[in-house]
Amino acid sequence: MKDELDKRLDNQPDGPERRGSLKDIPVREELLPRWVKGPEGQEYVVEPLQDYFCQAGPTVQTPAYTRIIEDLFNWARAESLWILGFGTGCGAIEMRPLMTPRFDAYRYGIQWRPTPRQANLFVISGYLSVKTLKRAIRSYEQMQNPKYVVGLGSCTINGGMYWDSYNTIKRLDDYLPVDLYITGCMPRPEALLQGFDDLKKLIRAGKAEGANHYAEHFDWYKANQKRVIKDWDMPDYSW
Amino acid sequence: MQFEWIMVPYSLLTLFIVVNYGLLLTALMQKIGARVGRRHGIPIWQNYVDLIKNYGIRSSITHGVMFYLGPVFRLTGGVGLLLFVPTLYGSEMFSNLSFAGDLILALYFIFFGSLGMALGAGESGHPHSAIGVSRGLSQVTTAELPFALAVFAIALQYQTLSVTEIVAAQQGSVWNWTLFTNPLAVAAAMLSFLGSMMRPPFDVVLAPQEIPIGPPTEYHSSYLALMQTNRVIFPIAKIVVYMNLFFGGAATWPVFFLKVFLIYFFSLFVGVVFPRFRVEQSVRWFLVWALPLGIAAILVV
Amino acid sequence: MMQSLYDRLKDRFNLGEFTGRRADLAFVTVSREQLRPLLLHLRDLEGFTHLVLLTAVDWIEDDTFQLTYLLNDRARARDIGVRLMLPRDDTQMDSIHDLWPTAATYQRELREMFGIDFPDSPRVNEDFILEGWVDIPPYRREFDTLRFARETYPERPGRETHDPATYMKQQLYPDGEDNG
Repeated sequence: MKDELDKRLDNQPDGPERRGSLKDIPVREELLPRWVKGPEGQEYVVEPLQDYFCQAGPTVQTPAYTRIIEDLFNWARAESLWILGFGTGCGAIEMRPLMTPRFDAYRYGIQWRPTPRQANLFVISGYLSVKTLKRAIRSYEQMQNPKYVVGLGSCTINGGMYWDSYNTIKRLDDYLPVDLYITGCMPRPEALLQGFDDLKKLIRAGKAEGANHYAEHFDWYKANQKRVIKDWDMPDYSW
Repeated sequence: MQFEWIMVPYSLLTLFIVVNYGLLLTALMQKIGARVGRRHGIPIWQNYVDLIKNYGIRSSITHGVMFYLGPVFRLTGGVGLLLFVPTLYGSEMFSNLSFAGDLILALYFIFFGSLGMALGAGESGHPHSAIGVSRGLSQVTTAELPFALAVFAIALQYQTLSVTEIVAAQQGSVWNWTLFTNPLAVAAAMLSFLGSMMRPPFDVVLAPQEIPIGPPTEYHSSYLALMQTNRVIFPIAKIVVYMNLFFGGAATWPVFFLKVFLIYFFSLFVGVVFPRFRVEQSVRWFLVWALPLGIAAILVV
Repeated sequence: MMQSLYDRLKDRFNLGEFTGRRADLAFVTVSREQLRPLLLHLRDLEGFTHLVLLTAVDWIEDDTFQLTYLLNDRARARDIGVRLMLPRDDTQMDSIHDLWPTAATYQRELREMFGIDFPDSPRVNEDFILEGWVDIPPYRREFDTLRFARETYPERPGRETHDPATYMKQQLYPDGEDNG
């Protein structure tokens, strides 16, 4: 990660000077390779990042069925949006009213799931700091194909009011494949419902293939992610 | 009991009716619960859509053999419970595989799914699954105790272990129901019923707002779809046991639907009125209130 | 109220400048050696039992950091801010986490955001908010936030900015008439 930064600094007029002030990030202790003694006395090396995680990247999952069945599935996916309960920014507060009697998003087949395994819609609700981006990427990757991402509010589109902040990203679609943006700062719950309605149309039309796009352009996304996440201490793809 | 091939399509028909009724009934119950909160709630067909969606998920991952088998065990528990108990009394088509000792088998099947689930969820390696399993097992075990005692009381009362004979003994008049002949046992069993329906106040194990969703944390796509199927079969199967043991059974489908709805509604009714218990509270509650009732039921008989 | 407190403590702790903001809020400057005795005295004898916050100001023109320990006396509803000037080239300070355990968290933040070190403070070297920060601490004023944001995070082209007052005037009164 430091090489990446070095390369970028070389293009700056005062780059070499600033490079000297950058510090190395130590790898977390539990992620360092370590020697382990087996039950019969033999010793071997455990490298947590290599050994504990599957190293394979995502693959493109083609719709393997006939047109009619795929349409049926797309209809079901559209009518059963399970949102990952992960509030990343201030927009999370706009999601709560959707569960209440006034808006009642459950009417439209929208539910909240507490675990990424069961969710198929990830709402990035507002600004995303680098630290949260790391968690958002891991959560997104643990969701199962097909999955959708909705960017909520101006912060996900162009940085919004955090455009000059030292630790928030400005374009969400550089890091995750976004199917739909909902503008506003913050968008009202009605805007969210309208956005979900538009997302349903996209899904029914078979145009929401963000997960496959992510798999196809995996290297590009990873390069972008690693450019801002400087302490990359997780596997490249979280299964 | 004589096995005949015609029983296979009959059983499948029973299963088909129960699955569809269960999908609609579960959604209806959620709608009623939502209406109490002044919401409209999910559409009545939402469970079908969710099921198709989950079967239609393209990718899935596994954590090992038991991870596969967990949902299968769970479904086996639900289907087995349903098939080994006469669904409709006196009907040759829908008595399925009931036999002389089926009461004991039913008790076993009620527990079978939870154990399979514990193994499967344990293998997923997710800490929330492990926490959920330990909470779930301790709660279900204490909830089952009063029910088991009630069942023994009933078995003593009717001097049989066959569900069919117990139902037969309750025919004739409403006053022959166990509800009136042995109210203590029914009270104990109904309290235990609350504990095993995974509705408030005893749903801390699975409630999405609690430690993320408990045992099924890692389950997704087809695994989850299997478990959803079980979630609609198992409550109905369990209610069928209750209906047969305590409420005179059902001889026709309309009576069956009505009684199942009312018994299910009882747990919903309690659920929307009372807030959620923590696990240690619910364990204590079962031991203090339900267990003595069960013991009293046995003593009275 | 605060003035009399200052007069009593002034000679004993060799206090510096006094700034009274309100009847119940004042700031005093103290030297590094006298900080700890003063805080102890305020906490145990004067009733300032609550550490409201510990923060820093970067006076880059004077080449100093100002640490502010804000204390609250709940019983008499008054606050005192203790200022301490720290040279920018020697940013080591004594930890007060044994006086108020919460101070450890503030000290972690100061270490990360200003680069002011508090040796012996618990977990002071762990990441607090930032993860994997490689540049100079971001709250120091020589850190160019805007430039950093431009260099690090790609922008989406097409972003416009307007002066809110003139823009709203144009939107509301396109003819240039203000009839309101």
